[in-house]
Amino acid sequence: MQYERPSSLKDAVDILSKAKGSAHILAGGSDLLVKMKGDFVEPDLIVDIKSIKSLNEIKKTAKGFTIGASVPCAAMGEHAGLKKAWPGVVEAANLIGSKQVQGRCTVVGNLCNASPAADSVPALVAAGAKAVIAGPGRRRTVAVEKIVTAPGRTSLKKGEIIDSIQLEKRPKNSGDAYLRFIPRTEMDIAVVSAGVSLTLDAKGVVKTARVALGAVAPTVLLVKEAAKAIIGTKLEKAAMENLAAACSKACSPIDDKRGTIEFREEVSGVLAKRAAKIAYKRAGAK
Amino acid sequence: MEFDASYSAKKFKSVGTRPDRPDGVDKVTGRARYGADFNMPGQLIGLILRSPHAHAKIKKIDTSKAEKLKGVKAVITAADLPDLTGGDSDLYDILDNCMARKKALYDGHAVAAVAAIDAKTAKQALKLIKVDYKILPHVTDVDQAVDPKAPLIQEKLVTGGVDPKPTKPSNIANVSQYGHGNTDKGFKSADFIVERNYKTEQTHQGYIEPHACVANVSSDGSADLWVCTQGHFVYRQNCADLLGLDVSKLRVTASEIGGGFGGKTHVWSEPVALALSRKAGRPVKLTMTRDEVFRASGPASATSIDVKIGADKNGVITAAVATLRYSCGPYAGMWAELGAMTSFACYDLKNVKTIGNEVLVNRPKTAAYRAPSAPMAAFAVESAIDELAHKLGMDPVKFRIKNSAKEGSKSSYGPVYGPIGIGPTLEAVKRHPHMKAPLGKNQGRGMACGFWFNFGGQTCSTLNIGADGTATISVGTIDVGGSRASLSLIAAEELGIPYKHIKAVVADTSTLGYNDMTDGSRGTFSSSIATISAARNAVSVMKERAAKTWDIPVENVEWENGHAVAKGKKYGNLPKLSVKDIAAAAGNTGGPIAGHSELVADGAGVSFATHICDIEVDPETGATKVLRYTVVQDAGKAVHPTYVEGQYQGGAAQGIGWALNEEYIYGDDGRLQNSGFLDYRIPVCSDLPMIDTKILEIPNPNHPYGVRGVGETSIVPPLAAVANAVSNAANVRMTHIPMSPPRILAALNAEKN
Repeated sequence: MQYERPSSLKDAVDILSKAKGSAHILAGGSDLLVKMKGDFVEPDLIVDIKSIKSLNEIKKTAKGFTIGASVPCAAMGEHAGLKKAWPGVVEAANLIGSKQVQGRCTVVGNLCNASPAADSVPALVAAGAKAVIAGPGRRRTVAVEKIVTAPGRTSLKKGEIIDSIQLEKRPKNSGDAYLRFIPRTEMDIAVVSAGVSLTLDAKGVVKTARVALGAVAPTVLLVKEAAKAIIGTKLEKAAMENLAAACSKACSPIDDKRGTIEFREEVSGVLAKRAAKIAYKRAGAK
Repeated sequence: MEFDASYSAKKFKSVGTRPDRPDGVDKVTGRARYGADFNMPGQLIGLILRSPHAHAKIKKIDTSKAEKLKGVKAVITAADLPDLTGGDSDLYDILDNCMARKKALYDGHAVAAVAAIDAKTAKQALKLIKVDYKILPHVTDVDQAVDPKAPLIQEKLVTGGVDPKPTKPSNIANVSQYGHGNTDKGFKSADFIVERNYKTEQTHQGYIEPHACVANVSSDGSADLWVCTQGHFVYRQNCADLLGLDVSKLRVTASEIGGGFGGKTHVWSEPVALALSRKAGRPVKLTMTRDEVFRASGPASATSIDVKIGADKNGVITAAVATLRYSCGPYAGMWAELGAMTSFACYDLKNVKTIGNEVLVNRPKTAAYRAPSAPMAAFAVESAIDELAHKLGMDPVKFRIKNSAKEGSKSSYGPVYGPIGIGPTLEAVKRHPHMKAPLGKNQGRGMACGFWFNFGGQTCSTLNIGADGTATISVGTIDVGGSRASLSLIAAEELGIPYKHIKAVVADTSTLGYNDMTDGSRGTFSSSIATISAARNAVSVMKERAAKTWDIPVENVEWENGHAVAKGKKYGNLPKLSVKDIAAAAGNTGGPIAGHSELVADGAGVSFATHICDIEVDPETGATKVLRYTVVQDAGKAVHPTYVEGQYQGGAAQGIGWALNEEYIYGDDGRLQNSGFLDYRIPVCSDLPMIDTKILEIPNPNHPYGVRGVGETSIVPPLAAVANAVSNAANVRMTHIPMSPPRILAALNAEKN
């Protein structure tokens, strides 16, 4: 096994582009090392990106926030500006694993691990986050929901690395929230999860909304029908029921060791309602 | 001389206090040596190849490529562990479980093993072993396994305990029956009857330390084994039998233990490590991964239990019947029998019958788990009792008090009880403020009782007085739950010296005579009797030495507060001699001072507990939250109350995990789906409230201080207490454990429709 620790993104891309056999990118390692220890992967090449300085930063720009690929989730939780603008994204990132794991794990890693149950991904999708991709070709920027194509698979091409995640600047009266269902209180994997992001008009009516669900399909779902159910409403009872029904309908879950199809369908709606309520409140609704 | 262990009331100085634990500093600083912390120069790393199939005939194993790999020093299969069991079927099962002989009987069953210079080489070698399997149909569910059409796990096994003996083989290894009276007649006089089937899924003890050992077999036939175990003498016997070693030439040294709860009462990979070492001629270290621990050590039974209980309108139980099916894994066990014995042990019943069926399935061999088999039986019975109380319109505590067993009651499993604690624990629960605390929306309260036999058994210990007047107590029972602290307190009490002057150690198998293992809540119970006896023998020696020093008759010497005191008009003026004084002079008065004890600790008093649990259920998701939990249990005499409370809390915590989320999940392919702590969900700290405890002390007549074992009973009531709380909170009777959110939500929806 070959281990590389390049100090520039260009070097990282070069090494990965030329790699033969199985190549893996190492940021926090909270997925990769577990897979190696369990003999699920045997990498021929590991490219550690933590020495690439530009990937270690959370940047606030005029357009919003850029979260570098090797920023640990704990650092997001300590960034006051990010927390204020995107509380739902930050709370999702800070639900992953334990405190110790949060000091290592990254949202980009969480995304590229391509698990349908990834905690940060529904929140990012609801937030309309974009991934900036560096590679042998041109830099490109794509919506987060376009990255994962199937469990364990991404749309990234050989030699490509996600450089950062972009979150746009928040308009006034906006809020987001993420909730997951686990049978315990922590240290668990989502059985169902829901992220909701919304913006209100001056009267407290939902103007725009995005609803995403996790662990209910092969990939995280952006549920447009669910968003439609609450746009133009103040989350009245009927709107909430429509939201829940749209979520349950959008699910295509499996029965597995973590939950049943029926459970996931039903609880996806419950969580979406609860997350919407929190996001609505965070958006400043009275 | 036989030691008289009968109880006599006395005032204690050390016993009943709460000093710091003697093993605490080493454990929190990482100095304590657990199983995997032993190393030998030149040691090899052993790894085991395991069957991926639930049930398969082993047609051929080709190890030639693995043997040729550089760095591989030994490869073994069942052929390297020849059958020396001489018709002992229990021992043969242990052998076959350590290394499959003809068939792989579960996902994870060992089929071959390697020892190599490092883990990487050993891993590579495992991949080079080619096993030719013929996959057979399998069965993992306990109810499906008793179906006459189910695939047979042991093709020739005919059910025992049934008259006349069946003619056809089946997966029911044995049937046992307990009870008295006429239950048919009893049900006829019942006004209310509850009859249901209850199911519990398979759980693992979940000890944090995986099995680990280092084996070193010498070419002269002697051997050493360093191992994490609950019973090093039992491991020695099993390993010596299976490998054809002389018992006295195999020395087993036990490490610190990171939890056992019954799962370390049985050998799993230790004979394999010894066989590898014998073949390689080098020490071999073998540690199991968590995946291996789940797949190939011994979890508790999965069960299916039919219960029928009837009561008249006055609240008197007129008849009670239980038919229990317990999974044993692929080998016969007595797990259902223990369930059958304990089911109704809390109650005074005129008509009672229990039938236990030992069911073979393609799962790992069942092992003991803390009060083995009792929690599941208690879940079924205490759930039915709760429902029956509701039907009668009676308070569930009063209903239980009315029917509880007392001194002189004939127990449902046969013996007549002496003084017991079930009544007092119920009375204490009735008065407990927890029972009167208000409940909010979606919240429910449940309570339940539990029983465990407790055990005594063969024990020996040696107490050595040091030259400075401190003392070492060497025992042969592994300290799994604080016995060294408790035994130090007891030695201090007997000798009359401070706790901090005592060091308790667990001696290896060559240093002491045979000791039964730490099971049946016997560690502190039995070793404390041996400690008291050894200490009294040491005191006798010290009295003799004092008499010799003073040159007076020993009859005139008494032992008071850690001193030899001369008595009588003639000698009363002599200054008393401390342990230190006597020890310092030992070289001139007859040599080293020690007390020994070898005995069978009979009369472990039966143990009872009653638990109260408050739960909130989220009706939209089926999520549960344990709000409050109280344990009331009889300890006989709490030697170190903090440890006793810890045992109560630990048993409750494990029981809550069992009740709510823990379960073995098998796929249709018969493979275990959740062999790790991520998806085998034991509770994390934030899942549990502080568990309140109340220690009752009803002296055991068969222990000098009245001590009863306390380790196991605390896991018996929680399954039922939690189930009753959930059922009351959700207003739907839960009959399948664990009550995971999907199961609760499904039950709520079924009730709605």
